Amino acid sequence: MKYKEIASQATAEWAEMTSGRVPLIRIGTAMCGHAAGAFRVIKSLQNYLDSTGLEANIQEVGCLGLCYAEPLLDIKKPGKSRLFFNNVTPEEIEYIVDEYLINEGYPKEKVFGYIGEEGPVNGEDSLESMPGLKLQNRIALRNAGHTSPHDINQYIANGGYAGLYKALTEMSPAEVIDEVKNSGLRGRGGAAFPTGVKWSFLVGSPGPTKYILCNCEEGDPGAYNDKGILESDPHTLLEGLAIAGYATGASNGIIFIRHGHNGPIDRTEKAIEQAYDLGLIGNNILGTDFNFDIEVALTGESYVAGEETALMEAVEGKRAMPRFRPPFPAAFGVWGKPSNINNVKSLSYAPEIISKGADWFSSIGVNQSTGTAIVCLSGDVNRPGLYEVPMGLTLGEVVDDLGGGVTDNGQLKLLQTGGPLGGVLGPDSKDIHIDFDEMRSAGAIFGSGGIIVGSDRVCAVDLTRVLVAFCQFESCGKCFPCRLGMEHLLEIVERISNCASKPGDMDLMKSIGGTMEAGSLCGHGQLGFGPIRSAITHFEEDFRLHIEENRCPTGSCDRPKIVPKNTRPYATDHIAGE
Amino acid sequence: MTADKDNLRTRIQQAIQSQKRPTVTVLSSLLAIQDSMGYIPEEAIEEVAVHSNTSINSVFGVASFYPNFRFTPPGEHSVEVCWGPTCHLKGATEILESVLGKLGLDSEGDTGDGKVSFRFNTCLGACSQAPVISVDHELYGNAKPDIVQNLLGSFYEKENLH
Repeated sequence: MKYKEIASQATAEWAEMTSGRVPLIRIGTAMCGHAAGAFRVIKSLQNYLDSTGLEANIQEVGCLGLCYAEPLLDIKKPGKSRLFFNNVTPEEIEYIVDEYLINEGYPKEKVFGYIGEEGPVNGEDSLESMPGLKLQNRIALRNAGHTSPHDINQYIANGGYAGLYKALTEMSPAEVIDEVKNSGLRGRGGAAFPTGVKWSFLVGSPGPTKYILCNCEEGDPGAYNDKGILESDPHTLLEGLAIAGYATGASNGIIFIRHGHNGPIDRTEKAIEQAYDLGLIGNNILGTDFNFDIEVALTGESYVAGEETALMEAVEGKRAMPRFRPPFPAAFGVWGKPSNINNVKSLSYAPEIISKGADWFSSIGVNQSTGTAIVCLSGDVNRPGLYEVPMGLTLGEVVDDLGGGVTDNGQLKLLQTGGPLGGVLGPDSKDIHIDFDEMRSAGAIFGSGGIIVGSDRVCAVDLTRVLVAFCQFESCGKCFPCRLGMEHLLEIVERISNCASKPGDMDLMKSIGGTMEAGSLCGHGQLGFGPIRSAITHFEEDFRLHIEENRCPTGSCDRPKIVPKNTRPYATDHIAGE
Repeated sequence: MTADKDNLRTRIQQAIQSQKRPTVTVLSSLLAIQDSMGYIPEEAIEEVAVHSNTSINSVFGVASFYPNFRFTPPGEHSVEVCWGPTCHLKGATEILESVLGKLGLDSEGDTGDGKVSFRFNTCLGACSQAPVISVDHELYGNAKPDIVQNLLGSFYEKENLH
């Protein structure tokens, strides 16, 4: 089928669904909705509709970004704007359905706001005027919360696969790469390397089999934006992946997801199946001579599997341990074939960059950080969420405007950014802009977008101990400076936290950190000392109190320390059954 | 006994062969077995080695590397508690104390009656709803120690109804 036929059919279906005679009920069921009980709400809703015989179209959607309001129910009655209900429980379904759909009344107790050109339903505020949505500029997440991840036609009706169609029919591969280069897009996985330049490495590599790997290992605690994209709108990634494949001459795309994260896995695999059915991936895509296959590969639980060469080992079914470089992936990647590894977010921008152009994308953001930042805001804030905002917002704006300030009227004490290997910043960091380079020079990284807020009830030593415990737990064990160093660092931080430090501990930590940095193959060991370094820089006083006055300022360190221990056997000479 | 062993091997082989994803590896086979049987029996290590034409050593090397594999049958119910930094700040320690206390465990493991298997999870992916726990693979956000008590208590109540 031609793209235009597919698109016109999808558009007609969308129009029927959104302005038909049956109420359209959408519920957020990404991980945040799931954890808040969305599936229990859907069950209750389905049961109640069945018992009343009321007709309605229920659609699961992704995350609108306002995770704090989940489960978020959105009802669109014919001719009316979408009316949203926040933090809905299964018990409240009866009240909402009775009031709004049966009695044609207004369930004012539960109304959150409206979205839509038809205006307020009953004088309530527009959700789009609230900071949580107003400050957002959604590109990668443009469909999240609006379309169902289960239905490719909803994606197509909203402009989906138009970028791929344009690339295939109007642009040469080199022009696609130039467009991405000119957009200024930098990798969103942590290293912030220019995506277009990375793609160009693969162009010259010999074919015919070449891989584009998409990394959704996302082991970073505090980051959930990759999973958020796959659960909310998997097709934006598939389209981006196919565009990257066309630009680089790759033949296969592999999306790498952590085993057990069934929401992202199931939705991505279903999306792949639907895209194959419509000829949007596979052979002779959209009638052209471009062929590209996409599959999902799973990893076991391993943080280091997110590192590009360890990821290739895991795709091959081995232990996720980093390789030596060179050879670099563009020459010798997965299965020894030329490969290119990109993060979910980086690829998910590609469709819109191709559709709307490099100039449009680079006009958003600041300095050398163009486009948007997809922030996972969690911790001690009133409105935790998944916010896609233009690069250049300050961390203070993120915490106060998006996040609604610190919980329980507390004071901001710390911000943990960039994942466990990132950094811990103090309250004076509010003026720092979300800009890859500015954050790096401040001793933190933006990384994959996690920002964890700690109020004044948090002890920096206690948080550092958990970060170090995580890094110790996740060390793959290949390089001994990291394997032994993380264990030694954890021992020292635990001793400081127990107010039982020994003289010279601080210097010893720095020395171990230096060895790790110099002697580890991958970022895990190289950056493993980062959280401690930034914590002792910004929270010297917390450390001093534990060391010199033998007390924890908040009492957090007096609680039991319950963390798992790394149990990976480092030698591989075990024989089962012996 | 031999019949049981044969049966076990048949189930393992079925799990290996019924994988739908195009690329089959040692890791993908182990994950398929873990999904279908809940653990990796000793025989599975051998079967995967035969199927992938590699050594038992290499297969066990992979299986022992990823902490999501277990080598004994799991309890009837699974409980996972996230201990990531956000959950830690939002009260994971209290949840962990409550869960471990209720289950009579002091760390990862199974209850004596084989009813519940408890694991730490480094990130359940719903940090905005911290603290998060997973009970029989259903996520519960904003968990409080008393909710945990109720959820775990329900494992035993259901049994009394029968």
